[in-house]
Amino acid sequence: MPTSYIPNTKAEQDEMLAAIGVAAVEDLFADIPEAVRLRRDLNLPPARSEGELVAHMQALANENASGTCFAGGGIYDHFIPAAVSEIIGRQEFYSAYTPYQAEMSQGTLQTIFEYQTMICRLTGMDISNASLYDGATACVEAMLIAADVTRRNEIVLAGAIHPEYIAVIKTYARFRNLRITDEITDNCAAVIAQNPNYYGLLEDLETIGQAAKAKGALFIVSVDPISLGILETPAAFGADIVVGEGQALGNPMNFGGPGFGFFACKAAYMRKVPGRIVGETTDANGKRGFLLTLQAREQHIRREKAGSNICSNQALCALAATVYMSIMGKEGLRKVAELCLQKAHYLYDALLATGKFAPRFTAPFFKEFALTYTGGDIKTIYNTMRDNGMTPGIILPDNGLLIAVTEKRTKAEMDVYARSVR
Amino acid sequence: MNQVIFEKSIPGRSAYSLPACDVPARKTEDLIPNQMLRANVAELPELSEVDVLRHFVGLSQKNYGVLSGIYPLGSCTMKYNPIVNERVAGLDGFTGTHPSMDCPGNLRLMGELQAMLAEITGMDAVTLQPAAGSHGEMTGLMIMKAYHEKRGEPQRTKILVPDSAHGTNPASVTMAGLQTVQIKSDLSGNVDLDDLRAHIDGQLAGLMLTNPNTLGLFEVNIQEIAALIHAAGGLLYYDGANQNAICGITRPGDMGFDVIHLNLHKTFSTPHGGGGPGSGPVGVKQALVPFLPVPTVVYDDGSYRFGGDNPDSIGKVRSFYGNFAIMVRAYAYIRSMGAQGLKAVSENAVLNANYLMAGLRDFMKIEYDRTCMHEFVASGLPQKEQGVSTLDIAKRMLDYNVHPPTVYFPLIVREAMMFEPTETESKQTLDALVETMQTILTEAAENPELVKTAPHNRPVGRLDELKAARKPVLTWDQRTP
Repeated sequence: MPTSYIPNTKAEQDEMLAAIGVAAVEDLFADIPEAVRLRRDLNLPPARSEGELVAHMQALANENASGTCFAGGGIYDHFIPAAVSEIIGRQEFYSAYTPYQAEMSQGTLQTIFEYQTMICRLTGMDISNASLYDGATACVEAMLIAADVTRRNEIVLAGAIHPEYIAVIKTYARFRNLRITDEITDNCAAVIAQNPNYYGLLEDLETIGQAAKAKGALFIVSVDPISLGILETPAAFGADIVVGEGQALGNPMNFGGPGFGFFACKAAYMRKVPGRIVGETTDANGKRGFLLTLQAREQHIRREKAGSNICSNQALCALAATVYMSIMGKEGLRKVAELCLQKAHYLYDALLATGKFAPRFTAPFFKEFALTYTGGDIKTIYNTMRDNGMTPGIILPDNGLLIAVTEKRTKAEMDVYARSVR
Repeated sequence: MNQVIFEKSIPGRSAYSLPACDVPARKTEDLIPNQMLRANVAELPELSEVDVLRHFVGLSQKNYGVLSGIYPLGSCTMKYNPIVNERVAGLDGFTGTHPSMDCPGNLRLMGELQAMLAEITGMDAVTLQPAAGSHGEMTGLMIMKAYHEKRGEPQRTKILVPDSAHGTNPASVTMAGLQTVQIKSDLSGNVDLDDLRAHIDGQLAGLMLTNPNTLGLFEVNIQEIAALIHAAGGLLYYDGANQNAICGITRPGDMGFDVIHLNLHKTFSTPHGGGGPGSGPVGVKQALVPFLPVPTVVYDDGSYRFGGDNPDSIGKVRSFYGNFAIMVRAYAYIRSMGAQGLKAVSENAVLNANYLMAGLRDFMKIEYDRTCMHEFVASGLPQKEQGVSTLDIAKRMLDYNVHPPTVYFPLIVREAMMFEPTETESKQTLDALVETMQTILTEAAENPELVKTAPHNRPVGRLDELKAARKPVLTWDQRTP
């Protein structure tokens, strides 16, 4: 049965069967025992034409909440330049496989090399890999390296780490016999901090880093890459490994995925880095080229002895980030960060001025902050605002709200927000 | 000139377009303590928008995608990625949703996708959380370990893995805190049953199997294998990398598998992205449902919601719900194909592979003299003995604008070349591939230097891997000026 995606006609199929030397397609499946054959049609909805499919998908999309987004918590509504979708929409990029055949994949390979360089310049670290699944699993991979390098099995989570990240860290820790503890002891493999932390506050990375070093533990910092437009690099505070969620760099929110996890570290851990790494080399004529390198670390070579099982990562999302950082450039990224900072503080002040919110913290914050709603049940105001096309934030326990303000939010939107809660 | 983007940077040039600050600006130093502010701005490149676009368009032209030509990369299922799926995944109503928002449409899509994947594989429940195939493997193995622990058998930590398996299988076993024991393949390319029996004991946690296996061969003894493992108290794990051979024909659940993962970026047509994002849903039988990661989408009272406050759950393996935009594409694909369409996918994938194998058999060594499923393994050993390796042949294919097959895998076949044409290739492209291979093997015999020094017409010649590994240059700043 030819469909739009299956080219061969019945006549061609018959010709092919004759060339193979069998009478029917059925004969090609003779190795499958009768007892395990499915002798009925799969119970699936009927096939749809392209037009019907688009209408159905649009209807599904229309069921979702939409509008002005003040929710953050690791996934942010930043502006994405049109150039990003233009580039990642090229089939040579999005439909290609992992660049095993280097000479046929110089496009992917060079962009990863450029990505690695940009991530290092952003974080202040020496080397970067080609990406991991997300910010949470990037923390996990860093934690596993720390346990391996130090031969210790305790992990300390310093300050307010994203609850989803804690959940993922706990899952992996359970299966790898690592313990999450509160105190930095002589058995501590790593201290993990997040900056800005889950509530948007800036952590004292210097002090945390020194406490980790004092006990010989690795210092792992999870960061919002946008914040590095103005914030000091984690490297300056002694970080050994810097990770984070890269979605904010040119990727839509997409209900939380796909974004990508970035991973950068000191050169000392080069041979422990998980996943793909691209390196520079030359061909026989001395011409520069790029390829996947240090593959002896990876699962397809080391199998059960590999430090990580990662194979597919989030390459296309990392490419989006590379294009994003190229468009923004040195000045643009700083401006994005500056706009977030200014606007977040404007809304913070405006909401406190309503008298319906109380502050939760006093530490400095970047683009996100947590408040307690004192004007009634937060869920009531949340639902009203949602129905009016605005997501006011993420509801926290004890009638709290976590509010993120990106450069996309306008003064007018924020004034509407403040009026809505009055 | 293959300049990297930093070499094109001109101080003061810019491509960004950002709004003016519309709120009263305060001094940055008044908002953030000075020691927390960057001493030096991040040196991102400075280019115009045209510069940036030309740079990346130029790089895309040094790549090869599925629409560039045939991509018979074995075990990777490089089929056509329907354009309409890209279009619908880009709808604002999906891309603009934040994970904390109320999104009944997203939930319905995920709930229906879970149910459709369960039906296709014969499993009882599915989680969409894992971000890729090997992430799914690890999740499935964690579920198996948790199951044994819950039953008071924590000593069951041994996972049997055939020697033909993907490298991710043993690596995932380690990630889940289990131990790999390798099982041999027999002369016909199937699991060696005697070796399997010899490794079954009280520490058995389970067996990981790809079926059809990585040689493209169906495990004819699957029922006996399942019975052996189950009788010994073990579980059967199905690596769904090769699901493209069996849609609507047989189901892992009916073969006796207890846990499976799928690669949505293989069978279900979502693009590979140059190395992701993928998606690796995991399906389980009833007894393992309590151990699934949270949350899963559940259906009750006529609507879908996130559920799963299950005390036995392994927890979360990724933040939020998985690679949602990939799920959208796979969902759209299944809704386009329907039951008969998916069966036609597998029939044509297997037909194309057998047709290609028949065409190559005249002049290439085909490792196993059997009907293959959706892929098969050829060997370049005869050419290697003449001084031309499988790597040389693969590199020469680049000159003919054909993506090579997977090479040097599976590990049990010397000079392996693993071809998987997929169902979206026509008879004409397969005929052309046969012709190209014949030309290259003739060249290998008559003019070996030409093949050994390939490629000749790519942006770069064969790259020096040893040099790259000996003194790694991993960023532009690490290069020697």
